[in-house]
Amino acid sequence: MTDMLSISGLWKSFAGFVATRDVSFDLKAGELHAVIGPNGAGKTTFFNLITGHLRPDKGAVSFEGRDLVGLPPQKIVRLGIARSFQRINIYPRLTVFENVQVALIAHEGQQWNLFRPGRSLHREGTAELLELVGLAAEGAETAGELSYGKQKQLELAIALASQPRLLLLDEPTAGMSPQETGETIASVRDIVKARGLTLLFTEHDMAVVFGIAERISVLHHGEIIASGDPDAVRNDAEVRRVYLGEHGLGEQGHG
Amino acid sequence: MPQRRHLVASAIVVLLLALLPLAGSRYAVDLTTEVLIYALFALSLNVIIGFTGNISFGHAAYFAIGGYACTILLTTYNWPLAASLPAAVVLAGLVAAVVGYFCVRLTQIYFAMLTLAFAMLVWGVAFKWKAVTGGDDGFTGIKLPAMLAHHVGYFYFTLAVVAVGVAALWVICHSAFGLTLVAIRENAVRAGFIGVDTRRMRWAAFTVAGTFGGLAGALFGMYHRGMYIENAYWTESANVLIMVLLGGIYSFVGPIFGAAALHLLQTFTNQYTPYWPTVLGLILLVIVLALPDGLIGLAARVKARRGRT
Ligand SMILES: Nc1ncnc2c1ncn2[C@@H]1O[C@H](COP(=O)(O)OP(=O)(O)OP(=O)(O)O)[C@@H](O)[C@H]1O
Ligand SMILES: [Mg+2]
Repeated sequence: MTDMLSISGLWKSFAGFVATRDVSFDLKAGELHAVIGPNGAGKTTFFNLITGHLRPDKGAVSFEGRDLVGLPPQKIVRLGIARSFQRINIYPRLTVFENVQVALIAHEGQQWNLFRPGRSLHREGTAELLELVGLAAEGAETAGELSYGKQKQLELAIALASQPRLLLLDEPTAGMSPQETGETIASVRDIVKARGLTLLFTEHDMAVVFGIAERISVLHHGEIIASGDPDAVRNDAEVRRVYLGEHGLGEQGHG
Repeated sequence: MPQRRHLVASAIVVLLLALLPLAGSRYAVDLTTEVLIYALFALSLNVIIGFTGNISFGHAAYFAIGGYACTILLTTYNWPLAASLPAAVVLAGLVAAVVGYFCVRLTQIYFAMLTLAFAMLVWGVAFKWKAVTGGDDGFTGIKLPAMLAHHVGYFYFTLAVVAVGVAALWVICHSAFGLTLVAIRENAVRAGFIGVDTRRMRWAAFTVAGTFGGLAGALFGMYHRGMYIENAYWTESANVLIMVLLGGIYSFVGPIFGAAALHLLQTFTNQYTPYWPTVLGLILLVIVLALPDGLIGLAARVKARRGRT
């Protein structure tokens, strides 16, 4: 398999505080890859550097051979990268249906159409995506009034509407009940496999991480201290010391 | 979607308005003409406020540009109406495009302050460029085509132009473009990461708003047989802003009701007391404390409550 995403020597600091320290990282197409690490380790920052929400101080990010550094987010998503955000990012006053519909409109480049009624576009595609994430019945509800778990599902549908090849999920199950977590993870895995996507996700729930990740990278103080298959990471002494020790090693547990 | 019942309802409203002159009251005809103009003005501002989520504090600038340009072209340059009106609208749109280019780089209070600053520049030009605008004497002595010189003729003209303007705004606001603008208002970061260039979209919205604001201003200038620098002053921007907030920013038609309510209230209040600013203050208090989503929001809540019981 070839590297889909290739990152080298990435640095980012905020007013002297180094949040990303010389990170090099490769992601193979089709892989399910987890990024774990304690709070404040720099996981979200790492995602933001990939998706153009932050600009690295130094280093290179290349996606399918294209250099991403300096591109604005709206260009990067069009190259085939979509994401969900750690803090829920939906359109709270729009309906659930419209939340996804707008993403499809943007994906087709129809946001500049001043004449076609927006609510008549992509009705089938929207319905399919809502079905896929289990929100078929909630289409007419106001998105901001959904339960937390369902809002996370909605974000997943929005991300999928951009038809990405690489999907970034920042804590897809945070704040969910154990039952919702299980369902969400199973559905994420099915969707990713069925669509042949590559998945990069962060997660504090080690049961989730070790349940679906094929490879794991561990961030600590902005640095990748270990990267490999789940067993290697689980047994890494440094990782046990800084992170997994306190997380009960693959059993159910939160950070 | 442009459902049939919306179309029917709009047609009925236009028809009823068209019957108004039969009642024979010049006062009612004039007042309705004014309300129609302000309704279009408020709707145009809401493209920025309700649809992109930014507050413009300088929308009177485009109103004034449309008004001055149309009346000056008609009078000083003897252009026919069929040329001066479109030219005035295009000019207002162009200035909005230039100003918007800078404003959309900012958001929130900074955006509002920059729109205000540009509007003050426009006021300054109207004040200082006496040879063309008449300065603080105002630009008066407008030549209108004979058909429009009569108040009933002008009413029908206004009704037709406003109806077309509102219809055009309706289409734009309900288009894929309009829905995407609402998404930007709701969450600009998310909208950016579905592939939308949020800044360019907001720029386009600003230009649309200025264009239709200019159309309202042109109608106003001809109706009033002149333009005065007060029409470009920041209090006019505040006035239309209050109309929008009073009507409700989250609904397309809200600003129409806000414009009607505020203008009628102002007219009647001025007949009995000099305390309009005080009344305006009270209205603002009510909006902020009790009607955060305006009259339309209130109507929706009343309806919902009735539905439940
Ligand atoms: N925009 C910013 N400005 C200043 N500091 C920031 C900014 N973004 C992140 N940081 C800091 O960088 C560090 C890494 O933050 P980041 O959000 O990437 O961590 P994280 O691994 O995602 O944590 P969590 O598990 O809590 O989500 C933190 O110390 C944070 O305070
Ligand atoms: Mg994070």
